[in-house]
Amino acid sequence: MIENIWLVPLFPLIGFLIAGLGRKQLGLAAGWIASLAVLVSFIVSVFIFQEVRSAGFQPTVVHLYDFINVGRLQIPFAFQVDQLSSLFLLIITGIGFLIHVYSIGYMKGDAGFGKYFAYLNLFIFSMLLLVLGSNFLIMFIGWEGVGLCSYLLIGFWYQKKEYALAARKAFVMNRIGDLGFLMGMFLIFAKVGMLDFRTLEDLAFGGQLAEPAYITAIAVCFFIGAMGKSAQIPLFTWLPDAMAGPTPVSALIHAATMVTAGIYMISRAHFIFSFSPTAQTFILFIGLATALVAASIATQQNDIKKVLAYSTVSQLGFMFMALGVGAYATAIFHVMTHAFFKALLFLGSGSVIHAMSNEQDIRLMGGLKKKMPITHITFLVGTLAIAGIPPLSGFFSKDEIMMHLFTHGSFGKVYWLLGMLAALMTAFYMFRLYFVTFLGEFRGGEKLKSHLHESPALMTVPLIVLAILSAIGGFVGIPEVFGLGEHRLLEFLEPVLEKSLIMPPEVLHLSHTAEFLMMGVAVAIALMGILLAWGAFKKYNPAAQRTGLAKFLENKWYFDEAYESGIQKPFMRFSAFAYKNVENKTIDGAVNGIGRLVQFTSEKLRLLQNGSVGVYLFLMVLGMVLLFIIQFFLHG
Amino acid sequence: MDSSLLVILLFLPIAGSIISFLLNNAASWYVAILFSVATVVLSLLALNNLEGGYLQYNAMWIPTIGANLNLSFHALAFLMTFLTGLVFLISFIFIDAKQIEKPARFYGLMLLSQAGLLGVFLANDAFLFYIFWELALIPVYFLCSMYGGANRIRTSFKFFIYTFIGSLLMLVGIIYIHQQGVTQNFAWEIFTATGNSLPVSTQIVLFALFFVAFAIKMPIFPLHTWQPDTYEQSATPVTIVLSALMVKMGLFAIIIWLLPVLQLGAEWWKEAIMVLSVVSIVYASAMALVQQNIKRLVAYSSIAHIGLMCAAVFSYPILGEEHIGANAVVMQMFNHGINILGMWLLVYVVEKRFGTQDLNEMGGIAKVAPIFTTALVIISFANISLPLTNAFPAEFMMFSALFTSGSRFAIGLTIFAGLSIIFGAIYTLRMIQQVAFGPADEDKNSRFSDLAWHETLAISVVVMLILIVGFYPNIIFNLISTMQ
Repeated sequence: MIENIWLVPLFPLIGFLIAGLGRKQLGLAAGWIASLAVLVSFIVSVFIFQEVRSAGFQPTVVHLYDFINVGRLQIPFAFQVDQLSSLFLLIITGIGFLIHVYSIGYMKGDAGFGKYFAYLNLFIFSMLLLVLGSNFLIMFIGWEGVGLCSYLLIGFWYQKKEYALAARKAFVMNRIGDLGFLMGMFLIFAKVGMLDFRTLEDLAFGGQLAEPAYITAIAVCFFIGAMGKSAQIPLFTWLPDAMAGPTPVSALIHAATMVTAGIYMISRAHFIFSFSPTAQTFILFIGLATALVAASIATQQNDIKKVLAYSTVSQLGFMFMALGVGAYATAIFHVMTHAFFKALLFLGSGSVIHAMSNEQDIRLMGGLKKKMPITHITFLVGTLAIAGIPPLSGFFSKDEIMMHLFTHGSFGKVYWLLGMLAALMTAFYMFRLYFVTFLGEFRGGEKLKSHLHESPALMTVPLIVLAILSAIGGFVGIPEVFGLGEHRLLEFLEPVLEKSLIMPPEVLHLSHTAEFLMMGVAVAIALMGILLAWGAFKKYNPAAQRTGLAKFLENKWYFDEAYESGIQKPFMRFSAFAYKNVENKTIDGAVNGIGRLVQFTSEKLRLLQNGSVGVYLFLMVLGMVLLFIIQFFLHG
Repeated sequence: MDSSLLVILLFLPIAGSIISFLLNNAASWYVAILFSVATVVLSLLALNNLEGGYLQYNAMWIPTIGANLNLSFHALAFLMTFLTGLVFLISFIFIDAKQIEKPARFYGLMLLSQAGLLGVFLANDAFLFYIFWELALIPVYFLCSMYGGANRIRTSFKFFIYTFIGSLLMLVGIIYIHQQGVTQNFAWEIFTATGNSLPVSTQIVLFALFFVAFAIKMPIFPLHTWQPDTYEQSATPVTIVLSALMVKMGLFAIIIWLLPVLQLGAEWWKEAIMVLSVVSIVYASAMALVQQNIKRLVAYSSIAHIGLMCAAVFSYPILGEEHIGANAVVMQMFNHGINILGMWLLVYVVEKRFGTQDLNEMGGIAKVAPIFTTALVIISFANISLPLTNAFPAEFMMFSALFTSGSRFAIGLTIFAGLSIIFGAIYTLRMIQQVAFGPADEDKNSRFSDLAWHETLAISVVVMLILIVGFYPNIIFNLISTMQ
């Protein structure tokens, strides 16, 4: 099956073409065809995953065709099948399929139904290229491809100007990151003349890329790429705006898959990052800062999707913390559990928005528990999972990140403490969201209330499946301390990452007692967050004015304003100034000036041609005399 | 089949032009289509007849000065002649002949400029090259001044004078090198040998003469200001000839007639030109950011693209060694021709149906014109080199060449030029948004009809080429590799 890996991206590509070209004729069928395409991909992915798990499997590169073949630049269009990529195939196609099905219910009746599914399939195709690419360039094709789909889907309702602007912002911010990605590739290519992952890994561990400044430069360049795609400080402000897209898109692209591409890329290129402690520390700091800042903003947002968006940014920060301490498998673990519970939460919020006639303001919600039992219970599962309540999935992956932080270097305990602070805020803002939305009394008025309803089965079944996954998904990574056998995910990923030394907590000089103690503290902190939220929001007053810090957080630390007045506006002003003064006045002015000068002189010279033979003769003689003089001085 | 094929390829459009003038009625559209198809077919035939990657025709022409009808055909010449035929053909199909006043004159001049372009791309004799270089310019000058906007006389005069001055500089250079030659012959091989035998100081001066001529044509900052004016004022079919084909003459001339001929001069100027080109890229991108006229925006965007190609041509580590940048530039010359053709065709639609070039007065047509919008999105993303469009592999390699050029400023130049990747996204996406998206306006919607069948057909060819080359760039690289 592995040699047929190309089937996995092929089906969504076919689905894209069918849904795109036949969007008028197909009607609802476009949604089913697109979903089927992803389902088939998922089935193929399961077979491939089984093969990868079987004994004696060796990582395989499947060469499809020569993409660029010029002199020493040899870049094949090839796919790499190993533990890491096969795991991501399952996440992308599995969750992708659920979200496709959910979307059929969610997007029913939308004028762009067929187009929506075409874009969604194109996204799956690009995301699969991203994870399957066996070299940086093919990965980059997927990397920019998902950016394109993100752009198209954020601006899906293009008639609203601010949606189109949000789409553009997302694409441009990603492009800033992409420039970093490109520079990373140029740096590698300039030195070793290729971009193939496996060869580079051998070179790196053979010490041939070992020059610290060089490898740090590469690592930082690629990380800049990851900052854009995975919404880290300072390139994170596009993600909350990206919520302009349809909610299932937010679940699929802006929570479960695309935004984790940065984590995937760094794990794939672990052989670069592991050699640069400087870059790793940088990643750790950025991740930590992002986790804290985004979590603090999430505590004061009133749009249900914005809360989840900032939560995503914050959780991505957690994943980068793990990468920063070299715990690649742990980051992947959190990518996986986060994909489950965040997709669940977004789809749950979509179900709420659907019932609320597209209202997203939580101040107008409340008491939805009674009207939407399935949405409520699944949303609660997701909330508990992200808050880190055992034995739900989020607990295990977050706990593992915390263990790694705690044992990392001399400042480990400080990192751990800050991480815990972010975790506390996570539990707080998520339960704030839950309490305000689902408990209490409905605040949206009679008109909205009469319309409240539970969503159709097409939407609730994916919710239930994701809720189950969010609940039990963590069992693939139960720490050995529980005596239930090995950490299965770690064991699975080990062949890919073994050279980069990811250490299980046991090796991290942590006694069992200490490990249990830390878990206890983590649970206590999560519970504290929940209690704080309960204390503050059991009697929710939506009219309360925010002041001071709360206002600062509500306004998102004024990041957007700072970018606008600090970078965007001055630059546009500068360009306009240059256009007016340099381009039109100076350069073109000079050109026209020379032209006018020539015209002016010829105007005067023309007067010499007055038809008088005498003048002509005089000038001729003058010319001959001049020639003689020149000849004399040159050769005399 | 032998090399006389090249003569037919070269002179057929002239015959077509004469027929078109003689017919003097609307049937000249069919003549134009027929002869453009002939160019496409003949260039493919010639490609099929390459021997060792090369095809040459040589006959006496003006023996007194040693000028011959010396034509050569190789991968680059193929790409350019094929592109020439294709660009004319597609724009003839796309643009309704009924929209054009005095069609006989229009198509006659267009075919004449086609012949001029083919001559430039086929000439293997410096004198011949110069003749065709001018021949391509003259019909385009008439087209510019007879068809177009209110200010067309003034701008086309400026354009003509500007490029003509460049041509004269080049003529001085050609005559000088010719005079220094051992045999009185303009053939490329002799011309190259003579050029390289000259002392460095002479080469430096000669190089400057040639480069200014070519830099005006491309154009490169600060010799570019004729271009936005001319593009804005000219009729769109003429703008297409200018931007898809004539600007390639400058790059083509650098690759064939400058770098191999004055190698020491090139070495001396190399870094300065790279810097100038990169300034050109970023400057033009910044200018594009603030344009509200769609034609000027596309014009500046094109200057930025050409700047990158010029920088990459000069980004060779050591002349004669493997230069992946040159391969990429050759490929991009073809791609840019296709992409800018598609872009102008859509701009033509926009201008005709909105009745304005002002971006602020457009918008809200995505719903009523889905085919147009799809084409606009695909071509725009090709314009910013999204992967899996044709421009991406070449742009990647050009940046890579710049980075590995061995220049002291390589890293800085690459990052600085890389800003155009970001700026390009900003202005191109703004353009899409202002043209197609936004709230539907009843008035505009009723005026805007989606692409007609012949427009859809023509634009589909462009889109197919973008995607085929985007998915399988080696199709062109394999071709180019036959050239070395």
